[in-house]
Amino acid sequence: MTEAAVSVWQLRWRRLARDHVALAALAVLFTLYALCFSASWIEQWFGVTGIDTDLMSRFDPIDAQHWLGSDEAGRDEFTRLLRGGQVSLSIGLFAALGSSFVGTMIGATAGYFRGRIDMVLMRFTDFMLALPALPVLIILAALDLTKLGFSENFVRSGDAGYWRIVLIVTVLGWTTVARLVRAATLSLVEREFVLAARAQGASSWRVLWVHVLPNAVTPIIVATTLRMGGVILTESALSFLGVGIQPPSTSWGSMLTNAQELMASNPLLAVYPGAAILIAVIAINFVGDGLQSAFDPRADPH
Amino acid sequence: MKLGPAHDRVEVIAGLDISLSAGRTLGVVGESGCGKSMTALAIMGLAPKPHAIGGELRFAGQDLRAMPDDARRQLRGAEMAMIFQEPMTALNPVVPVGVQIGEMLIVHEGASDADAARAAVALLERVGIADPARRARASPHELSGGMRQRVMIAMAIACKPRLLIADEPTTALDVSVQAQILDLLLELQRDTGMAMIFISHNLGVVSAVADDIMVMYAGRAVETGPAQLVLTAPAHPYTAGLIATLPDIGHRQKILPVIEGSPVNPRNRPPGCAFAPRCKLVIPDCRAAVPPMVALGPSQRAACIRVAA
Repeated sequence: MTEAAVSVWQLRWRRLARDHVALAALAVLFTLYALCFSASWIEQWFGVTGIDTDLMSRFDPIDAQHWLGSDEAGRDEFTRLLRGGQVSLSIGLFAALGSSFVGTMIGATAGYFRGRIDMVLMRFTDFMLALPALPVLIILAALDLTKLGFSENFVRSGDAGYWRIVLIVTVLGWTTVARLVRAATLSLVEREFVLAARAQGASSWRVLWVHVLPNAVTPIIVATTLRMGGVILTESALSFLGVGIQPPSTSWGSMLTNAQELMASNPLLAVYPGAAILIAVIAINFVGDGLQSAFDPRADPH
Repeated sequence: MKLGPAHDRVEVIAGLDISLSAGRTLGVVGESGCGKSMTALAIMGLAPKPHAIGGELRFAGQDLRAMPDDARRQLRGAEMAMIFQEPMTALNPVVPVGVQIGEMLIVHEGASDADAARAAVALLERVGIADPARRARASPHELSGGMRQRVMIAMAIACKPRLLIADEPTTALDVSVQAQILDLLLELQRDTGMAMIFISHNLGVVSAVADDIMVMYAGRAVETGPAQLVLTAPAHPYTAGLIATLPDIGHRQKILPVIEGSPVNPRNRPPGCAFAPRCKLVIPDCRAAVPPMVALGPSQRAACIRVAA
């Protein structure tokens, strides 16, 4: 009898655990995160630095100490890549999850309650979509955070730039998810099982959480995983505009932008961050696929 | 009962007078679009909004129309439950059936997840599903149509409701499974003493379960009475027509009898008897006024001026 007491979440987890591709992708992602966030230990180990410039060793070739050589300012490329990953991976994760969360909440509310709520929320979404991104970015970048009550120290530290990027990307990014989730919700609430759930006395909250959203997981996850790759690149555009991550800190996006000028002298410097972004985005997509089938038992091959 | 926004309201059900006591089954019969399902949804409090319901709607002494939405919601599932025609679409495709059954107990009785899961297995066993512990973890698409309908029934009876509304519960199933499901419903009714409203367009199925029958046409009851009487001595021409359309085993008919024409659109209901345009016994007076329900003997009533005359 006890084996029957399996919750939906346990079943979802079991389905994910059977998906070897998703597990492998998860392992890749985990390794990437672990490597990136132990960058300072790795620097100590090799006796190199990804931050301080050393003009005597510009464009050093690959050797045992500099696994990927060094860049135009003599910084070790490998550990710089790891440091950049700290920023890119966590911004990718937080900003993509943030925009999906906001988008899902708004889309589901609009699609479920319809009527006036839907009208207001969707016009707001249209408004956000219609905003030209570049001027908004410049305005947000120009905001003096000390005037908003943040301490001088916080504003000067790298954290402020980091969270500013997460916020900007979330604010600009939730609209797509909101529209997708609203469309999915609109069609799901017309389905008979939603009527059946209401006939069983389920509350609106329960209907949304148990019956509507798990069935809308596919568009949510697809949008989120697509978003993650986009966010990593948006971040580089933002850094280029002077919002957020500033030298000597770096990110994959800014390393990529930076390497454009060096295509003639050292094209490999563009390949490394490009490959890192590619690996991360592909891994995230596979994890997304796994999550999708974990939520939908009909996709279960067993 | 009227549907639609205030400026464009259509009367879909009118002058319905139903009463049902515990342990009895009312069969509601009629063509598609005659208001059977809308009646069920109105009783459950799930009719599409915006709508307006006039008259009186009482359940176990409580006035349902005056009840706040939340109280109404707590009644649903606990005191009055409903099962639907298509058990595939009426079950959430991504949630294991055991969890869906257990949800009833979590919502209405505050059961813990573990207790709900155990109860779900017991309920699956109760509705005759073999190997219930394993089936509880199955998703709807892994079960057959009959099993899915059993799951729906298990959900409906989980909180021992006093009223069960079955809206075409066997229409999507094949005949032998139909019979099993009907038997199961009758057995559960015997055990729990619940009242049942059984909606079907199939007179044959209704005759197997109902104590009383109400025949609906164009949002109105046209005939009510004990099942036996209505089926053997139909008073209304529409009821008679429905019975005539039932094919007999053993009589090979080249052409199955039909009722000519199609049901009326509630937007432009003709004055007088709604069935008049299709009725073979129609007289000019039929089109003058809506015929009232007339008692024919102690329990049978019909809305036809030809019977009253």
